[in-house]
Amino acid sequence: MRLGQRFYLVEAVQGVLLTAGHFFRNMGAHVARALGSRTARGAVTIQYPEERRPYSPRLRSLHRLVRREDGSPRCVACMMCETVCPARCIYIVATEHPNPEIEKMPERFDIDLGKCVFCGYCVEACPEDAIRMDTGILEFSSYSRRGMIYTKEMLLSLEPVGPDGRPASPVPIPANRTV
Amino acid sequence: MLDVGVALGRVVFVMMFVLNLGGLLTWVERKQSAIMQDRIGANRASILGFRIMGLFHPLADAIKMLTKEDFRPARADKFLFSLAPFVSVFFALVAFASIPFGDTLRIGEREFPLQAVTLNVGVLYVFAMLSLGVYGVMMAGWSSANNYALLGGQRAAALMISAEIAIGASIMGVIMVYGSLNLQDIVRGQGRLLLGWLPAWGIITQPLAFVLFLTAGIAATKRIPFDMPEGESEIIGYFVEYSGMKFGMFAMADFLETVVIAGMVTALFLGGWQVPWLLADGFHFPWGATVALPHPTVVALQVGSFVVKVCVMIFVMMLIRWTLPRFRYDQAMRLGWLGLFPLSILNIVLTGAFLLLVGGKAS
Repeated sequence: MRLGQRFYLVEAVQGVLLTAGHFFRNMGAHVARALGSRTARGAVTIQYPEERRPYSPRLRSLHRLVRREDGSPRCVACMMCETVCPARCIYIVATEHPNPEIEKMPERFDIDLGKCVFCGYCVEACPEDAIRMDTGILEFSSYSRRGMIYTKEMLLSLEPVGPDGRPASPVPIPANRTV
Repeated sequence: MLDVGVALGRVVFVMMFVLNLGGLLTWVERKQSAIMQDRIGANRASILGFRIMGLFHPLADAIKMLTKEDFRPARADKFLFSLAPFVSVFFALVAFASIPFGDTLRIGEREFPLQAVTLNVGVLYVFAMLSLGVYGVMMAGWSSANNYALLGGQRAAALMISAEIAIGASIMGVIMVYGSLNLQDIVRGQGRLLLGWLPAWGIITQPLAFVLFLTAGIAATKRIPFDMPEGESEIIGYFVEYSGMKFGMFAMADFLETVVIAGMVTALFLGGWQVPWLLADGFHFPWGATVALPHPTVVALQVGSFVVKVCVMIFVMMLIRWTLPRFRYDQAMRLGWLGLFPLSILNIVLTGAFLLLVGGKAS
C-alpha cells in the first residue's frame, strides 16, 4: 500500500468527492427536469407500473388467439400446438364449425400458464397463424393454480401489443383473482 | 412573564429543531442516497394522490412502527429492556441543549441568550450526554438475554470509549485557542478576524482537530462506516430483539446523534451562528464597506446561518455514510487508539507550542 492509502483520509476524501459529484450532477438534472427540461435525467430508474421499458418485438409474452373477421377463432383445432407443446399445457376440444369450408373450430382451448415454458413452439407449429405470443403482457400471476388457466374466451379477447410497446388490452388478471 | 415565554420558546425551538430534523433525516437519508446512486428513492407513499417527493414515508414508517407487535423475549429483563431505547433517545435529545443557535436577543432592555440552557461548561455537558447515550445501547444488549445482542452492546461500548477519547482530546485544541468551555464564548471567539479579513473559525485555526473531531463524531453516532455495534445485515447488533417503535427509537437515536454532532461541529469549527463580517449592528466588510442592519434582522441572519451550517454538516455526514464501507472491529479500534488519539495529542502539543510562541490566546 502506498502511504496515502495507508493514511486512508486521502482515499476517503476521493471517494466522497466521487459520490458528491454524482449527487450534484443528478440533483442538477432533477432540478432541470422539474423546471421543464424534457431531456435531463437524474436517475436511470424506470418507474415500472407507470413506465415500461420497450420490449423487443421478438419477446414471447402472454398468448392470444387470433380472430377471423366474423369474430370466430382462426384456430381449426388441428391439435398441432397441443402435440408439439413440450410442457403439455394446451388442452383443446374440437367442435364443428358452421361454415363447411372450415370444418373444425375449438370448443375449448385452455392454456395452463402455470405449466407453460414460453418456448413458442405452438406459435411455430400453427399452420393457420391462429396463436401468437405478441400481447406484451407479462403480468399474469395468480394466487391459485386454477387462476393460471386461460380459457378460449380470455385468449380471444387479447389484443397485440401497441406500437408504443405497451400492452393494448388490459392486464387480464386482477391480483386477487382466486378462480 | 416575558422570561417564561422566552425560556419556553428557546427550549421549544431546540426541541422541535432536533426532533423534526431527526425525523426528517430518515427521508433525507433515503433520498440523498438514492440521488447519489443514480436512483429515485422512495416516492410511493401518498395521501389523496399527493406524493410530494416521498415526504410521507417517514409518516408511514412511524405508523408502521407504532402498530407492530411489541415483542419482548421471555428471559429478557423486563424493566431494563423497556428502558433502554428511552435512555438512548433521551440523552441524544438533551445533548443539543447547550449548543447556542444565536447571539443574544434584545427585547426592550432585556437580553436573552439564544441557547436552550446557558452553561459555563457547555462542551463538557454535551460530551457527558453523548457518553451517557451509550448506556442505553449497553442496556439493550445486556437485557435482551441474547448473546449476539450482548456482543453488539460490548462492541458499542468499545467503540464509544475509543471515539470519546479522541473527541475529548481533539476538542482540547479548540478550548485552548478560544479559552473557554462555554460554547457561547467559543462561538463569540470565532467572530474575530485573522489578518483583518479571515474569520477565525475553528476549521481555520484548528484544521487537524476538525478532521479528528468529525471522524470521532461520526464514530459516536454508530453509523456506517462505524456501525459495527449494529451491523444489521450480517454481524447482528444490540437491538436484534427489539421490534416496533422501540427498534425505531434506536434508529431515531442515531439520527438525533447525527444532528447533535453536526451541531457541535458547527459550534466548534464552523463559527456557530456567526455570519462572516456580520457584527451586532450590521456587516463590516474587510474592504471598508458597511451595511447597517436592525437588531431583529441580525438575529434572524445568525439563527439562519446556524441552521444552514447544521444542515450542510448533516449533508456531509450522510455523504460519508453512503460512500465508505464499514470498518472491521479491529480496524475501528486501531483507528481510534492508534490514529485519532495520538493525533489529537499531537494537535494539543502543536496548539500549546503555537500559543506559547504567539503569547496568550490566538489571533
